[in-house]
This record gives sequence, structure tokens and C-alpha cells, in this order.
Amino acid sequence: MDNKESNTPSRRKFLKNISSGSALAVSGLALYSLSSCKESSEEKTTLLTTDGKLVQVPNSEIEAMEHLHKGATPEEARKGIPGKKFVMVVDLAKCKNAKKCIESCDTHHNLTPDRPYIKVLEMKDNDKSAPYWMPKKCFQCDNPPCVKVCPVGATYKRSDGIVLIDNERCIGCRFCMAACPYSARIFNWGAPPEGKLDVPYSPETSLPSKIGTVAKCDFCPEMLRQGKLPHCVPACPNGVIYFGDEIDDTVTNGEETVRLSTLLKDKAGYRYMEELGTKPRVYYLPPVNRLFPFEKESQENVES
Amino acid sequence: MSKSIGNQKFETRREKDLLTHMVSTSLKYKLWIAFLLLVIIIGMYGYYRQIRYGLVVTAMRDYTSWGIYISNFVFFVAISLVGSLFSSILKLNKNEWSKPLTRVSEIIAVAAIICAAVIIIVDMGRPDRFFYVLKYLRIQSPIIWDVIIISTYLVISLLLLYISILPDIAICRDRLTEIPKWKKWLYKITAINWTNQPKQVAMLKKASTILAIAVLPVAFAIHTVTSWLFATTWRPGWDSTNLGPYFVSGAFMAGAAVIIIAMYIIRNQLNLKAYITESHFDKMGKLLVLLSLVYLYFNINEYLGPAFKMVGVEGEHITELFVGNYAPMYWFVQLGGLIFPIILLMFTAFRKPLPIFVISVFVILGAWFKRFLIVIPSLQHPYLPIQGVDESYLHYNPTWEEWTITFASFAWLLLIITVLIKLFPVIPVQKKEPLSKTTVEPKKK
Repeated sequence: MDNKESNTPSRRKFLKNISSGSALAVSGLALYSLSSCKESSEEKTTLLTTDGKLVQVPNSEIEAMEHLHKGATPEEARKGIPGKKFVMVVDLAKCKNAKKCIESCDTHHNLTPDRPYIKVLEMKDNDKSAPYWMPKKCFQCDNPPCVKVCPVGATYKRSDGIVLIDNERCIGCRFCMAACPYSARIFNWGAPPEGKLDVPYSPETSLPSKIGTVAKCDFCPEMLRQGKLPHCVPACPNGVIYFGDEIDDTVTNGEETVRLSTLLKDKAGYRYMEELGTKPRVYYLPPVNRLFPFEKESQENVES
Repeated sequence: MSKSIGNQKFETRREKDLLTHMVSTSLKYKLWIAFLLLVIIIGMYGYYRQIRYGLVVTAMRDYTSWGIYISNFVFFVAISLVGSLFSSILKLNKNEWSKPLTRVSEIIAVAAIICAAVIIIVDMGRPDRFFYVLKYLRIQSPIIWDVIIISTYLVISLLLLYISILPDIAICRDRLTEIPKWKKWLYKITAINWTNQPKQVAMLKKASTILAIAVLPVAFAIHTVTSWLFATTWRPGWDSTNLGPYFVSGAFMAGAAVIIIAMYIIRNQLNLKAYITESHFDKMGKLLVLLSLVYLYFNINEYLGPAFKMVGVEGEHITELFVGNYAPMYWFVQLGGLIFPIILLMFTAFRKPLPIFVISVFVILGAWFKRFLIVIPSLQHPYLPIQGVDESYLHYNPTWEEWTITFASFAWLLLIITVLIKLFPVIPVQKKEPLSKTTVEPKKK
């Protein structure tokens, strides 16, 4: 029930936000469906391109394509989704390094496997304590060191708690990478990899990636605008990652929806390196009563 | 002795000594310029590849995200501080002996600060967006503080150099007849009607005193702010309140060594043994010891605390420097570039021109590699372990593109210095310093 309540407003928001970017695609599709009634190959259809030009295309050359979910424009992306404070909880007791979160993130953000946004780190706090897996994304800090140091305001904190990067403004000084204590940021050292290059740029998708600029985990705001979860959350086979809204006090891992405050209280949730004062928006639940034994070479890992 | 070269006549012996190199161009000079241009062209090819393919041509990756470009930038900023040492600190303390060295220090300061600005643009992932720094300026960012203070220092340094050179430009305008038209035109324009009138001299003196006082806080600020680029982060070795004075003291030491190297070369190449004397080397040697001792003090402060506590990544970082992969470089820098020079320069025999020149070269090498050690190892010890990335991300060995660009930046520095020395007298012609009796007999006009 909590889940439904939290979903409704964001769906409504999604319909409201259908304005600029998506409207273009929708109108294009509409024109296509109207014109496809006519069979003559000489017939042309007038279409509106993503950069605002009207073009005529012979019907024979029109191909249907997968709907591209576009994020907001660089200006709109700065505002954040109203009335939201996104938060993530990672249950270390459930992680067995299946790496499915990394795979889905790499696919949707078009990343190469050698430099993913998400890393699953093998942690061992001291000689005596047991090793555990720690999935690490951007912590979307409330006191973000990266945002403080940016000379041009290319990376910014939004009202919904998300820290994003405007790759059309980033000058590539990499001060934010030096400032981030969690090594959450990666750099586009060379030309972007093949694929997803023709989508209009949005800081909410970080696509297409731009050479000479910084990138990082972004909590997938274009999914949140549609009332959906970030890609990594449903991808996890073990329900490790809970995602939700601090104001609603609700988080879900796609299977169960729980109260954030209860979860953190019952399972002694903590934030990594609280003493730095960065106030992360990602909480961890300690690796106690684990679902899986710690195995470096579990079957699933070898397969993937 | 003749006071003319070819058709060029000079009024005094001093004028002849100090202006000769500006009228006649030797083959050696041409070869030197050609060599520098060659190095710059090779570096430009490296930079062309970097522009074309992106920073992927460098060895920098997601963990070691700053490399020798940044350490070189810090080095150039450090070198530039020497201008203020001579034109402010020594001058305001009424040191007569340092006067012939003031102009070369100002020339080096201007050249180094220009190179620092150039190399920081080379480091940018998107140099095409350079002006976004002004367009989207965020005053909260230490980078913006650095941009502001570096441009301020560049302006003051240029003014200091120009004001000290102005009476000499007028001499060049009046005396040098056997020079190409463009040079005559250059001296005429830049001399801005200087005629040595008492009123002009008084104004100049006032301006130069104001600048000498104004440059001091700016010079301290320029390297302190550069240290804040590091000190405002949580990285081991950077997260230190000691970093400002540590950088500033290191800069003065490196600057003094650069002056000694420049003195040695200029003295031999331009035959200025009567003006840059052995006594200058002796005094510079003593000054270098003093500045090195101050730097040693801040070095002890910088390393003792963390090495005593050995906390987490700070401890890893210290271990890496003291006994790990970076130990050979670290001990070369600390012993060869700091401890040994201090000990050797305490003896008069080592303050003779050649030995002190060699020692200064070691100090400069140490200073360059020290900046490497400040920038790179810190980035390789983040709080969270480096895992799940490509193997190459764990190391940093600069590529040939990075080295050629770095060498080109040095060539660029030397080219600016060489050209300025070729165009303007490197030692003030007007002022009357006592000539060394051993080499040249004092002459009356």
C-alpha cells in the first residue's frame, strides 16, 4: 500500500513532465501512425526532428523504433523532482557479488566493463573480522565535496537529493574526482563507446557520454520521473538494494516495501565514513546473519 | 679598450658589456633557439594527439586522475615565487648585492607564471570550454581563487619587470643604432617617452616601492592557494594544515636554486663575470641554505605527525613513500635535493660557481620530483580499495605524449627567458654597481 501511494504522485508528475523531450517523440510517432494508413511509396510524411526541424521523409523509409526515455534538459535537470528526497539502503547481509547491478547499470549507461559506475568491493575491516561484499555507488552526499570544489557549477545538488553532472558544462579539471573521498567518479578519457550516441543529451541519463568530462552513478533520474526504480535495484537477484523516498519514509527492493526508519533501526543501518561529514544518502545494513557464505568464486560469478 | 662593436658605439664600458649580446647574434644562440623550437614542436604534436583522441593518450586514469601536468603546474607556480624574493624581500631589506639579480628573477617569474597557466590548460579535459571558468564562475571553488590570484600575480610581475626595465629601454632606444627597424620601433614604443627627468625618476621609484610591497602578499597567496587545491580534499598527504607554508617555503628554495642556475649560464654565455661575481654565488649559497632549512622544518612537520600515528590510508601513503614503490624517488628528493645541498653549501668551497651550479641542478630536480610525489601517490591511496577496474588503473607511468608536452613546457619557459634576455639588458645598465676588481679595472668616464 505504501508502495502504491508513493507511486501515484510520481506517475502524475511523469504525465506532467511529458512536455518537451518526450512530446517530440510522441508527436513523431503519432504522425507516423496517421500516415502509415496510406500505402503509396511516393507519399511523404512530415516529421519533427529532435532538434526542432520539420523534415519530409518517404513513408517507405520510416522505421519504427524503440521509445527512448529521455531525461530532462540540462536546465530542467538542475531542479530535481519536487517533493522527493531519494535515499538508498544496501543490505550487506544479502550481497553475494552476483554483479547483476553492475551489468544492468553498464548496459543502460552504455559503460564498458573496465570502468563501471558501480563497484562491488571485497571488504575486510581487520584481520579477525569476516570479509564481505560492498556494492558501492555514488553516495549522493548532502554535503557533497565534489559540488563544493567545481569551478563552473557543472556538478550540482538537486532538491531531491541527487548529485548530477552537466557534461555540456564540465571543463574536465577533475578536481571533483580528487575531492570525492569515495572514488565514485570516473572520467571519459577517450571517445565514448559505440551505441546510444544519437539520443539527445541529458544529465539525467548521462547519455551520450561526452569526451573529456566526468561521469558517475546518478540514481537514474529519468527512471524516477517515470515512477520506476533505478536500473540496479530490480536487477539484483537477492534484493540487496532498497530505494525510496526519505519524506515518504519508504524504501523498496522491488520485492518488499518497508519503512526506512524501521529498517535502519532494526538492522542498525549506518553510513560509510560518517566522520567525514559528507552526509551520504546511501545507508548500509551490516553484514550479519548472512544469506550466503562469502565466496570469491561462487558459481554465478564464474558464469558471468 | 674599444667602446664599439662594428658601427655600434657605446658611451661607457658598462653599456658595452651589458648591451653587446643584444646587437650581435651568435651561432650558439641561433642553435639554442632552434633546439627549443624543435622541442616545442614535438610537444605540440603530442598535444595535437591529446586534443584529437582525448586525455586517453596520457597514463592518467580514474584513480590517478592528476598526473605530471598538475605536478609540473605546481612546480612552475613555485618557480615564479622567486620574482618576489628579489624584487620585494631582498629589496625592501635594502640588500645592495642582490640588485643585479633582480631583473633575471623577474624575467623568470613572468615566464614561469605564463607556463603554469599554459600547462593547466593542457591538463583540462575540455580546453575548448576554458572561458566557462569566467562564464559560470563559482567563487566558492579553490580553482577560481587560483585563477584570480595567478592572473593578479602575472599582472604585478609584468609591471615589476616593466618598471625596472623602463630606463634601460630608453638607453636602448637612444644608443643602439645598428639594430633592425622593428627593434628600434619596439624600444621607441615601450620606452613611452622616458627621458630620465627627475619627476619621472621619482614617480618610477614610488611605483616600484608600491609594487614591491604589493607583490609580497600576492606571492604568498599564489602558492598557498595552490596548496589549497590539495588541502581542501581528504586525500592522504593533502589533508594537512601544514600544506600552505610547506609549499611556500619549498617554492622559495626552488626559486633560489633556479636563480643560481640562471646566474651561472648568463654569466658564462654573456661574459658578465664582472657583474655577476663569485661573491654573488657565495651569498646565493648562504641564502639557499637558509631557505632550505626553512623548507626542511616544514618537511619534518609534514611527515612526522602522520608517520608517528600511521592512521589508515595516511599510514599506507607514508609507507609507500618511505619504504614502498616511491621510496627511491622519495629519498633522492629528500637527501639529494634537500639534506646534502644544505650540508655541502655550508662550506665555502661548495659556494664557488661550478659546485653551487651542480648542487642547484640537484635541488631543482628534487623540487620537480617532490611535486610528483605530492600529487601522484596521494591519489593512489583512496579510502576505499581500488578493485574491479582495469589493471592499468593501479599504476601511473607517464606516456611519451605527457613527457613531450612536459619537456615542451620547459622549452617554452626557457624560450621566453632567452628572448627577454636577448631583447632587454639582463642587468640594469643605469645603476652603478661596483665592478669586481679582480676581473676588470674600474674605469672612469
